[in-house]
Amino acid sequence: MSRRVSRRTLLTGTAAGAAVALTRFPAPAVAQAVPFKLGLLTVKTGPLAAGGILMEQGVLTYLKEKNYTLGGRKVDFISADTGGNPAGAKTKAQELVERDGVDVILGPLAAFELYAISEYVIEKKMPTLSLAAADNLTQRTPNPYLLRASATSSQATQPLGHYAATELKLKRVVTISEDFAFGHEQMGGFQASFQKDGGCVVNKLWPPLVTPDYTPYIAQIVACDAVCQGFAGSNPLRFMKQYATAGLKYPVIAGEAGADDFLLKSFGEEALGLVSAAPYTLDLESDANHRFVDGMLKNYDAIPGQYAALLYCNCQVLDAGLQTVGGDARDREKLMAALKLVTLTDTPRGPIKFDHLNNVIGTIYIRRVVKEGAKYGLKLWNKTIHTYENVSQFWTWPEKEFLAHPVYSRDYPPLTKC
Amino acid sequence: MTFWLLLTVNSVTFGGLLFLLSAGFSLIFGLMRIPNLTHGSMFMVGAYLGSTFLGGALGFTLDFWAAAIISALEVAVLGALMERLLLRRLAGQQLAQVLVTLGVSFMVADLCLMGWGGDPISVSTPAGLGGFVRVGLAVFPLYRMAVIGIAVVFAIALWLMLERTRLGAMIRAGVDDPQMARVVGIRVSRLFTIVFGLGAGLAGFAGMIGAPILSVYPGLDQDMLPLALVVVILGGTGSLLGSFLGSIVVGFIYNFGQALLPELAYFVLFLPMVLVLVLRPQGLFGGRLL
Repeated sequence: MSRRVSRRTLLTGTAAGAAVALTRFPAPAVAQAVPFKLGLLTVKTGPLAAGGILMEQGVLTYLKEKNYTLGGRKVDFISADTGGNPAGAKTKAQELVERDGVDVILGPLAAFELYAISEYVIEKKMPTLSLAAADNLTQRTPNPYLLRASATSSQATQPLGHYAATELKLKRVVTISEDFAFGHEQMGGFQASFQKDGGCVVNKLWPPLVTPDYTPYIAQIVACDAVCQGFAGSNPLRFMKQYATAGLKYPVIAGEAGADDFLLKSFGEEALGLVSAAPYTLDLESDANHRFVDGMLKNYDAIPGQYAALLYCNCQVLDAGLQTVGGDARDREKLMAALKLVTLTDTPRGPIKFDHLNNVIGTIYIRRVVKEGAKYGLKLWNKTIHTYENVSQFWTWPEKEFLAHPVYSRDYPPLTKC
Repeated sequence: MTFWLLLTVNSVTFGGLLFLLSAGFSLIFGLMRIPNLTHGSMFMVGAYLGSTFLGGALGFTLDFWAAAIISALEVAVLGALMERLLLRRLAGQQLAQVLVTLGVSFMVADLCLMGWGGDPISVSTPAGLGGFVRVGLAVFPLYRMAVIGIAVVFAIALWLMLERTRLGAMIRAGVDDPQMARVVGIRVSRLFTIVFGLGAGLAGFAGMIGAPILSVYPGLDQDMLPLALVVVILGGTGSLLGSFLGSIVVGFIYNFGQALLPELAYFVLFLPMVLVLVLRPQGLFGGRLL
């Protein structure tokens, strides 16, 4: 019985898909007996849980807004908690694919989790719309089943380097970030573009991910005119506070996670003046962003940052891609091809499209933490002071030249006398 | 010069905080031989409870010190309950105790996540201690100086309690020879509950005292527990003086190690620990309670 139904739906689906391809009209809601299965790899326990819970809320906010339909199909949403480690990510990915039979995976959160499942999603041909920023998976070792609507680690810090050198007129900067791939790639991108525009990174500090007290590192910040921090999770909060307590006065600039909007309610006065670059900003005035923020406030009473926003964008991309193929997710190649071609003008982060390596091209916002204009009962506010449009993962370098370099790391670009 | 001064000041203050954290751990281990892996959780729960009182829970707002004391008392009660209901049944079985305390620490971490959400909470320094004093080139943050003061006061109070009170005498007797203590009429099992509660309360208090420096976030427990272990292993278990000196030593190793040998940041703390375990397993100052 179910077999016959699915054969009929296949026909309907294919017909609808063909119709769409021919007429380029949005597909009508194709009644399919089997719901579309959407899996999310997120983190709901342990230290990374804050971001992981926001990811799930971002997905659910979109699903609620669309009455749990994507591309005209009813959605079955399955959320899996990886525990925030590579082994857990692998196990849960297998569970989603083999036990639950999902059609698409959203997530995971962290770069090392994505590296852990990268081979597996190729083997299973499983379309994966990730948040994780591991640069190389859309650069030198691209994964054809991965689509990244968030950003590479260095996608926001490269414009930050340009802004720091040309607008903030900084000359000598000390960088400090966690000693793991996300930190290395962020700071590498900053250094490369900052030095290209005449700045100089005079020292790079790498505290371990778990560092209760940053003061020993802060003590090494000397002879510079600003500090660039690339901390993630709750670490920016502690760093900014301990930095102020140590009596340092150099201005601070930050990567996307270093001043995430979800931290605004926790930051104190010490964060005033912090300049950051991010692919999403809470203060963007656009319809999609208003819908998204209102939904988050209504559903969860949560002020979102990029974790929720970028997952909401992922859902929009998926919705549009499914629309193109008439809701039929069985041909994975076709679905991936449709997803890659998605261009959206109204998302919480502004217009987006994808490059040929499946990475997003979008706006990067430079923001400054101020008191004026704060909304949603916040005391502090990330006010956008500059925007860079259509930023690709290669920044202003030609793709070939960019890919000829090694991936950004702890030692690349090297520290040079300048 | 500023570099050295900043690090020295910070070593001592960080040591003070570590002492508050590890004194309880050391006492519990010394008396009961329980490697209490919930100690980090007690620290975190104290910080969460304290920050909640500070923010005005249940319709009234407490000032920082009252919040610290009340959360410490609550954590002490939790600790005593845990000893009474769980650990008592496992007396003498160290492996079972390790597993149970580890399991409870996971449960506490997830309960905190459910109760307080994943967002980090920033606790502002208590009124009047927010700034710092500059002496020449050196910067002395007032709150961190206060932490040293608190640690010293607690060290002296604990020492007086152990040395000069009847309870202290019973605890020392229990540490030295629990069976003989029972024979002479000391209710060692009640002592266990008291000491476990006291140790937990100290950890909870340390959590709130540490909160303005460290902030409160999921995972704080797992960040602090290894530090307590290192202090106790270096200083020697069951020794108050050991915890105090161990804390200061760890404060210095942590600060200078990370600043001078940043490439070795990961094992700058653990290498001395391994050396002590191999060469002097009772700890640098171990073997004596005081």
